[in-house]
Amino acid sequence: AGAQGSGAMGGSASLIPRDLLGEYQELTFLSKQEILLAYRRFSELLPKEERENACSARVPKSQILTLPELRANPFQHRICHVFSTSETGDDSMSFEDFLDMLSVFSDSATSDIKSHYAFRIFDFDNDGILDRKDLEQLVNCLTGQGEESRLSSAEMEQLIQNILEESDIDKDGTINLSEFQHVVSRSPDF
Amino acid sequence: DGSDDNEEGSAVENEENAKGAGKKRATPRTRRTHARGRDRHGNEDDEDDEDGMRRAAPRRHRSRRRGRAAGNEASDSDMEPAKARKNQANQKSKEDDEEEEDEKGGKSGKGKNEKKGDKKSDKKGKKEKANKKKKDKKKSGSGSDSESEEEPITEEELAKLKEEVEEKKKLIATLRNKPWKMKKKLSVLKEAQLFVEKFEGALGKGKGKKFYAYKVMMMKKWMKFQRDFENFKTACIPWEMKIKEIESHFGSSVASYFIFLRWMYGINMILFGLTFGLVMVPEALMGKPYGSLPRKTVPRAEEATAMNFATLWDFSGFAQYSVLFYGYYNNQRTIGWLKFRMPLSYFLVGVGSIGYSFMIVTRTMAKNANDDGGGDDTSFNFSWKMFTSWDYLIGNPETADNKFASITTSFKEAIVEEQESRKEENIHLTRFLRVLANFLALCTLAGSGYLIFFVVRRSQQFALEGLENYGWWERNEVNTVMSLLGMFCPTLFDVISSLENYHPRIALRWQLGRIFALFLGNLYTFIIALMDEINLKARYFLLFTMFDRLLGNIEALQSLEEEKIVKYNMTIWEASLYNGTIPENSTAPPIQVDPADVPRGPCWETMVGQEFVRLTVSDMMTTYITILIGDFLRAVFVRFFNYCWCWDLEYGFPSYSEFDISGNVLGLIFNQGMIWMGSFYAPCLPAINVFRLHTSMYLQCWAVMCCNVPQERVFKASRSNNFYMAMLLFILFLSTLPAVYTIVSIPPSFDCGPFSGKTRMFEVISETLEHDFPSWFGKVFGYASNPGLILPFILLMVLSLYYLNATSKSYKEANLELKKKLQSVRIEN
Repeated sequence: AGAQGSGAMGGSASLIPRDLLGEYQELTFLSKQEILLAYRRFSELLPKEERENACSARVPKSQILTLPELRANPFQHRICHVFSTSETGDDSMSFEDFLDMLSVFSDSATSDIKSHYAFRIFDFDNDGILDRKDLEQLVNCLTGQGEESRLSSAEMEQLIQNILEESDIDKDGTINLSEFQHVVSRSPDF
Repeated sequence: DGSDDNEEGSAVENEENAKGAGKKRATPRTRRTHARGRDRHGNEDDEDDEDGMRRAAPRRHRSRRRGRAAGNEASDSDMEPAKARKNQANQKSKEDDEEEEDEKGGKSGKGKNEKKGDKKSDKKGKKEKANKKKKDKKKSGSGSDSESEEEPITEEELAKLKEEVEEKKKLIATLRNKPWKMKKKLSVLKEAQLFVEKFEGALGKGKGKKFYAYKVMMMKKWMKFQRDFENFKTACIPWEMKIKEIESHFGSSVASYFIFLRWMYGINMILFGLTFGLVMVPEALMGKPYGSLPRKTVPRAEEATAMNFATLWDFSGFAQYSVLFYGYYNNQRTIGWLKFRMPLSYFLVGVGSIGYSFMIVTRTMAKNANDDGGGDDTSFNFSWKMFTSWDYLIGNPETADNKFASITTSFKEAIVEEQESRKEENIHLTRFLRVLANFLALCTLAGSGYLIFFVVRRSQQFALEGLENYGWWERNEVNTVMSLLGMFCPTLFDVISSLENYHPRIALRWQLGRIFALFLGNLYTFIIALMDEINLKARYFLLFTMFDRLLGNIEALQSLEEEKIVKYNMTIWEASLYNGTIPENSTAPPIQVDPADVPRGPCWETMVGQEFVRLTVSDMMTTYITILIGDFLRAVFVRFFNYCWCWDLEYGFPSYSEFDISGNVLGLIFNQGMIWMGSFYAPCLPAINVFRLHTSMYLQCWAVMCCNVPQERVFKASRSNNFYMAMLLFILFLSTLPAVYTIVSIPPSFDCGPFSGKTRMFEVISETLEHDFPSWFGKVFGYASNPGLILPFILLMVLSLYYLNATSKSYKEANLELKKKLQSVRIEN
């Protein structure tokens, strides 16, 4: 989500009130230019009438998924779900949700907060732990949509077995947040 | 009492006029009644006090009001000190407002009445206030002020309050690390900010009030400045958008090359700043102009062609006799009205560039090592594949498809490998294959080394017999053979590495290592083969120059022998000037000779500098032409001829090219080695390199987006690019060896450069110490450079290295112990 490549830097959009901008800078890992750029990208997703008060508008999920950075991502639906604060459960995002998302994915975010959100993204059934079903769905997301690229059920079984062997410290058959963070903190690639 | 009542009544009315005194209206009356009821005998005290009160009216008045307000809260006697203070602070701020109101209110009479009335009403409340004060003293809290009758906040309370404020500040600073929704973060932030603001005001009472408020304000300004500076710094990073776009199309491994390029650009900018600002500009502005000295003038013989484009492209002619090269600089100790020490500056800039480069490369390596986490690669193999394999920077569906395919393949491979690792034979087979592959690679290296040795010997034989007798091949045999080896051996290594079956990242490292060994080996055999023939001192100039132009310029390297001959010739020439005009043994007025006509001594430093510059330029040209032909024309060919060709050009041969990361990175590193080697002799080299990197960035970014396709196996480059850094450090070390050697051991040319006339280049330091520093400094330096002091110092450094190494090993072992413990706990459970 750091690749905001196609935005042309036009005139300064100071449509965010200054004190709010300062607060956003305090509360996210983004710099001022990045917040303004995010604001521009966000308002482009809105229909023209609503662009004036983009700060309080909500963008439906289908619109968010048209962003190129999310379009190619296998976890697009989970990401929208995790960062959305919509009360109706339709996974629409407000500008603040959008900022939250960008802040977590930015380069300067700490590994702690990234792993926290990664856990929530991978937790497909939202029960706070990664059990077998979650892991299976995770693998299916990663191997793409085509039929020939999916793993056979024997391979899947083997894979999940190996993963649980490696990461499940208390042997309860699931991976909780601290186990997840332990595994991921050792990885140079995360 | 009646009169009192009347007055009090009026006082009450007056009070009602005062701002914000609503609450106070009720309680003083009740209190007064209580006071009257209780403390009749205290009246005498009150009267005395009243006199005293009238004397020191305003201050006491204020404190009275505060006391009264404090008395308001007397009912809540077991209130927390914080709340008490809070209320006091609130009351105080309200009272201050009231003060202002009173003063603004204007009518002195009214004010006086009010004061009087207040005093009167206060009389009765004073006892309450005294009681309250006693209570407060026990609680040890009350808004202090510079007035003498206020109690100070005790240290304990102050410290506690400060601690709370600090906590809130820390909370504000770490709020962005909390995984909360923005709404919650905003509300927590606002609350914390309000708290901090309120109490920073209250804390600032006491002796250090002004200083504390000042400190707080400076802190706020500093934080704002830091934030703005961070924003500015991020905005200043060049090419960020370009690199992000490439990342989204090609993944992070290709982008890592461009990030490396950008980092190199930064280093070269600094080197350029040093050489330009401290060497080239002072000489150009303050040194003797062109044409005033023999070393600064184009010789008469070359004058005709000095301005030709061909000459300038070759960096001779006017380009040679300018600030761009070593030879132009004069050996005057100081130049210009600023008394700028030119030779010293030249020397220090040379040494400083090397020192700076070492420092920054080592620092980057250390930073990368930190990020690495220091973990071993194998323990969480599958989990890492699962959780960290997706590259979130990919924004292009085609790359995403490739990535999916590669993830699937890697899963399948890992499963199969893990299953097979349970069977013993396959490990041995893999190991055998790897040993075989290494053996083959060694054979290739040895073979290429021998070939070069053989060819160089042959060419020397040809040279002895006279080159005219032989055709083109014999003349350029060495160059061609070395270039061909450089082209084909890496492909051979690629084929060999398919035997080894490594993860692509590891295979890349092996590949890079082997190519590196190939180039080094070739160069060293080349040098060794030449060693016997060339003047022993001069051979070190060959180190790391690429093979193209060396043979053509062996004369330059023999210049040291030439020097003696030229010196002899010059004395003869000078004598010939005076011949016949003036008798010998008398001092003659110097005859004016045009500097262009003076015979010149050889200037090997400039020649070496020119070599490096030519190499850099030709390298640059080669790279650009390779990109244009190899990538662009190929892509055009594949794209447009695909319609009328027998087989599918896009999927078969030749198809679009992939971006060759290892080749480009190596090229960049070797190029930088060239710069480091040559910048002492040609101060213009960093400038040329900055230009080259700048255009490289744009050209390669365009070429990658336009002509390349994402790699089949898209693997993520981990953030620790320590392998490239290690190579860079090694090259840096090897490149600076020649320059350091020449500074220390070889006499500079007698006729050109800032060190001419000295026996060794580093003598400029001792000269500066003699002339520009007080004498004791020179003595200290003399002692410090005594080997008796240097050797123990080196010994100390070696010991500290050993100690640090031992400490780090012990940390690693402790880490392993903890890991084992974790695993055993796991097994127990």
